[in-house]
Amino acid sequence: MSVVLPGAALPSDTPDPVTPRSLPHRGGEVNPSVDALRAQFGSAVQRHEVTWGETCAWVDAARIREIVLWLRDDPSQQYDYLVDITAVEHRDAVAPLEMVWHLRSLPYRRFLRLKSALDPAAELEVASIEPVYKCANWLEREVFDMFGITFTGHSDLRRILMWESYAEGFPLRKDFPLRGRFSRSEQLSRALSANPEAPYSMEELSVVDAFHELPADMRERLLREQGQG
Amino acid sequence: MGLTPAISTSRVAYDPPAQEGWVTTRLEFLVNWGRANSLWPMPFGTACCAIEFMATAASRFDLARFGMERMSFSPRQADVLICAGRVPFKLAPVIRRIYEQMPQPKWVISMGACASSGGMFDNYAVVQGIDTIIPVDVYVPGCPPRPEALIYGIMMLQDKVRQQRSLSNDAQYDEMAIDPTSRLYIPASRIDELSEPFGNSVHQTRSAP
Repeated sequence: MSVVLPGAALPSDTPDPVTPRSLPHRGGEVNPSVDALRAQFGSAVQRHEVTWGETCAWVDAARIREIVLWLRDDPSQQYDYLVDITAVEHRDAVAPLEMVWHLRSLPYRRFLRLKSALDPAAELEVASIEPVYKCANWLEREVFDMFGITFTGHSDLRRILMWESYAEGFPLRKDFPLRGRFSRSEQLSRALSANPEAPYSMEELSVVDAFHELPADMRERLLREQGQG
Repeated sequence: MGLTPAISTSRVAYDPPAQEGWVTTRLEFLVNWGRANSLWPMPFGTACCAIEFMATAASRFDLARFGMERMSFSPRQADVLICAGRVPFKLAPVIRRIYEQMPQPKWVISMGACASSGGMFDNYAVVQGIDTIIPVDVYVPGCPPRPEALIYGIMMLQDKVRQQRSLSNDAQYDEMAIDPTSRLYIPASRIDELSEPFGNSVHQTRSAP
């Protein structure tokens, strides 16, 4: 498969894209990145599976950051788009919690799902891939908020969906009751005593700090408006 | 002033041009008439009910017929808070603050099942009815309610506004803060003991402020 850079015209021999039909539930064409991962990282890639045409590889959670970094930067992979980060809790005593990363390579038109089981006995900790993909910031905050998995090396690990002072735990865990742990009146009085502005950090509220990262036209406009008082 | 021609009192005159611009009525009626026909809504749309609310405001159903076409996106110029959609606990302090920022007199329409009772979202994140946070005047059932239903609710609210004895009883607009020293005060835990569960949840209690 040839590389098509984003925005470039497709080669003339490229077949028209078709909707995949009659994909097998299990098995099928394996994403070639899995073999490349095995060649690069060896036993860190534990096994892989193809479900409905999508490849999923189980990897060692301890090495996730270098795996993702390699997948992003290697010219033969170029996974330049982090689609999603999430976690799954299974009703499974051995490996109850699994991390999931969805990666897409736009130049190679590949989709790869990485999973790694977390040890339930140890601390629920995974290396943050925020240094690799900036957009992992909010995705990892959501996983932390919902599952209580901490990401080491994350720049700003706070709750993102629930409010800062939420004290009932992590809602998507299996042991979390559907209606929460507190009574309705307790939940409401706690919620009403929360400060609606608390979820915003000073970084989010302050344009000044991010000024030099803003696009040039926005910088210009802000400077002009500041001059007008 | 002083230059008005003397009116002959010898006979009852009916002269419409001379009486133009004159209406005699009760002040309350006039004030209520004015209020009921110029309710400025503060739209608080959080879910699919807001889509129906937008349809209500658009040309086919035309909320402008009720003097409500001016959506007030600032609570300080609003008369009616229309809560359309589910309110999560994270938004509870927000809607409370918006309600407090609205000037008196103010009214609240709870639009749809979720705003009125939590709807099907009997879970950890959703407030089980906004009447646990702010007082509600009209509940519009439906999931979501059709624009006709919302308009019916608005007309019910207009009826309520028209019937208010607003000028003779100003005290009804005083905000009442909870006063634990009052002899009428019942603590939340006691209310829960006395009252039965209500709503669609056995965990829902009456004591929620």
